[in-house]
Amino acid sequence: MKFEISQEEQPTVMVAPPVEQRVLDVRGLNFYYGKNQALQNVDLPVARHKITALIGPSGCGKSTLLRTLNRIYDLYPGQRAEGQIMFNGENVLNPRDPVDESAATSGRPRVGGDLSRLRARIGMVFQRPTPFPMSIYDNIAFGVRLQRSVSKAEMDEIVQRSLTRAALWDEAKDKLHQSGLGLSGGQQQRLCVARGIAVEPEILLLDEPASALDPLSTAKLETALVELKDSFTIVIVTHNLQQAARISDYTAFMLMGRLIEFRPSSEAFVKPETEAMRDYVTGRYG
Amino acid sequence: MDAVLPSPMPGAPRIDNPGGTSAMKGGDTVFHALCFSAAMVLMATLVGLIVALVIGGWPALSHFGFAFFTSSVWNPSGSPDNPEAYGAAGPIVGTLITAFIAMLLALPLAIGIAVFLVEFCPKRLSHWVGIAVELLAGIPSIVYGMWGLFVLAPWFAEHVQTPLMLNLDPDSFWGRVFTGVPNGANIFTASLILAIMVLPYIATVFRELLLSIPPYLREAAYGMGCTPFEVVRNIMLPYIRKSAVGAVMLGLGRALGETMAVTFIIGNSHAFPKSLFDSGSTIASTIANEFTEATGDLHISALIALGLVLFLITFVTLAAARLLLGTEKA
Amino acid sequence: MAPGTHSVASSSRHARRKLINYIFVGLTSIATLIALTALVMILWTLVAKGFGGINAGIFTQDQPGGGSNLGDGGLRNALIGSVIMCAIGMVIALVIGILSGTWLAEYGDGNKLASVVRFINDVLLSAPSILVGLFVYECLVSHVLGHFSAIAGAAALAFLATPIVTRTTEDILRLQPNQLREAGMALGAGRGLVIRAIIWKASRTGLVTGGLLGFARISGETAPLLFTALGNPFMSFSLSQPMASLPTTIFQFALSADDNWRRLAWVAALIIATFVLSANIIGRALAARGSSSK
Repeated sequence: MKFEISQEEQPTVMVAPPVEQRVLDVRGLNFYYGKNQALQNVDLPVARHKITALIGPSGCGKSTLLRTLNRIYDLYPGQRAEGQIMFNGENVLNPRDPVDESAATSGRPRVGGDLSRLRARIGMVFQRPTPFPMSIYDNIAFGVRLQRSVSKAEMDEIVQRSLTRAALWDEAKDKLHQSGLGLSGGQQQRLCVARGIAVEPEILLLDEPASALDPLSTAKLETALVELKDSFTIVIVTHNLQQAARISDYTAFMLMGRLIEFRPSSEAFVKPETEAMRDYVTGRYG
Repeated sequence: MDAVLPSPMPGAPRIDNPGGTSAMKGGDTVFHALCFSAAMVLMATLVGLIVALVIGGWPALSHFGFAFFTSSVWNPSGSPDNPEAYGAAGPIVGTLITAFIAMLLALPLAIGIAVFLVEFCPKRLSHWVGIAVELLAGIPSIVYGMWGLFVLAPWFAEHVQTPLMLNLDPDSFWGRVFTGVPNGANIFTASLILAIMVLPYIATVFRELLLSIPPYLREAAYGMGCTPFEVVRNIMLPYIRKSAVGAVMLGLGRALGETMAVTFIIGNSHAFPKSLFDSGSTIASTIANEFTEATGDLHISALIALGLVLFLITFVTLAAARLLLGTEKA
Repeated sequence: MAPGTHSVASSSRHARRKLINYIFVGLTSIATLIALTALVMILWTLVAKGFGGINAGIFTQDQPGGGSNLGDGGLRNALIGSVIMCAIGMVIALVIGILSGTWLAEYGDGNKLASVVRFINDVLLSAPSILVGLFVYECLVSHVLGHFSAIAGAAALAFLATPIVTRTTEDILRLQPNQLREAGMALGAGRGLVIRAIIWKASRTGLVTGGLLGFARISGETAPLLFTALGNPFMSFSLSQPMASLPTTIFQFALSADDNWRRLAWVAALIIATFVLSANIIGRALAARGSSSK
């Protein structure tokens, strides 16, 4: 356990996992929407096979931070990130690799197909359930088929395993070939989780995955996530403090584009170090 | 150009003000009635159009019966051993074939343009290129006709038709498909011009449909690690499929009824077209060419009957397009 | 299953996916390039063949007889004929179109009849223009008037422009916020007054744009004029007589073998295309300015 202090006047309270446990390591990240800076010098260590929760009031930059990790922000011209996001010894933000260089300078790297490899290894589940307009089975098979050729039998097995791990198998096994859009919101969200893990990514990013769900669906989703961390590293953005406390191993508290506290969740919620986090935990920011 | 967009669905209900003062309400009623009658003029136009075509075309239709649609003998100048006769099979088939080939050519191009503008082209450039493509829709059809006749047709005759004719065995399958007088005025060049003309309409609607796809769906697809091609093919195009068919029907409706450009370049022969490079005619080109010259009542009636056929074909196409575009307003 | 094994094993597949993607990007660029090339080629042809033929006589002389030594001649009668018929057609279209568009936008909600009218308007909007010519011929030329005339031509153009104006009006009025209507009525004004005094006024730019685009559209129309206004080799201001127009003159001249006629056809095509395209661009700029100033 060690303390790290950023160069900014406001020091980040950081109780980080040891370097050798980190699968993803964000260092000195700045992010801009055009001219507006949304993240300032953010460090974020992500420990392997743990759940890291990003919390903070709306607009604090937690979703922005998450969206830099798989570079989904690249879909929008004018958004750019500076700093380091180290993943398996490579900087995700490095324009040479895994991204196409010419594309990065024009601000529209969509033309390059190289981000696809990164995104296959860092999966993402969004705030709104996003089943593709195809059957439940094909929703899951889709991503797998992109990566490799799979026999029918193996694909059946992958579909079943993914749905089981996402705690959706029992509800979906009789309608695998019906449209994914016919599921309830909570089921759709678990389908998206199943779809995300079917390609066996190393990291799964979740952006407020339960914000549109009822309490029962939320509980099912949380159970699934906790089970999943044996195989995957999970980063979750949530505005639900109880949820963060219930499922996460590490908690990152953000405010106005800065990381304020990063600590094991067991300590963070019991005894916040900074006044800002104390205020947030006790409900003083909406 | 905005005219090709799908009809707006009724938005939020408009409010009414039953409590207006009575003095002002008197004027209101008159104004409302005025607006209403203007709308009824539109309805009357369509009804009048149908009635006029049916009445005008009836003499020919009743005279020739079903043969009007199946015969391809079009002989306005009657003589004792070669009586006046009107069989519309040639123009009808010509209309369908040219429109169909035009759509076949325009569809992949339109998809390509729309995808390029939405997905690949830098945003600032995309705006201007989009305008340029839409300007293509603004060029009057008679200008397309002149360009087709004086630029496209000679070029086509020299660089496509002649080489094909010299190199293909005239008795082989392809030889027969591509046979024709090498002057560039034929079914295929007419389709080519039509394709360019409907291209901006379809491409513009496609582009708006693609832009209307919810961003979260795109993000999810890219988030899976799809390449842009995979996102477009597997997610975006299937998502807009139904409306896209509507857009294609809209383009088809235009291609079917297009008159001047086709009249210039199709070669204007009433016979049943025998090959892709044979001269032919469409319903619209036949009417445009002959109507002012027509003297006999039966000839005029036959041309109006042709108009009725064209109306029915386009009406069905356009109605289908509106239904498809309207129900799934993305 | 160890994470990451697939990405290592499938690097050739990844290369193939990337290649397919690049091919796809290339194909879409080519499609766009084809459309742009067509536009440039058509415009270039117009300028190359039409620009040289322009002289003062174009605007001051009427069309010449074919194959004669009657001098160069010009397009004066066709130009003026086009302007007269388009103007009359447009005035009619604006009156009917704005009123019916207003009815659809302001009185039409939840009304079955309005859906029918909207559908019919959409059909008329895309109906082949030659059918409108036939319709007017049947109604006016062959029965009421008994001969070809400028007023029949103007009527045909009006029938073409009305659906455009109707559609634009409805779209524009629907953009006005309901608060504007509520505010007007809160002052005690009735619906009609609110629409005329407030909504129409707020929509002015949009309505002008719609009118301009409609005008541009009908000024290039040929087919509906062929058997309504017919054409007239002489200068005529009489609405009850046949009248010349640029598009019908092009049709007549372009297909002739006379070099001078062909020259005039190209000049006429250049004039029409220039007018239509500038009207489109101006309309677009107006619309953009109108929406950005809000």
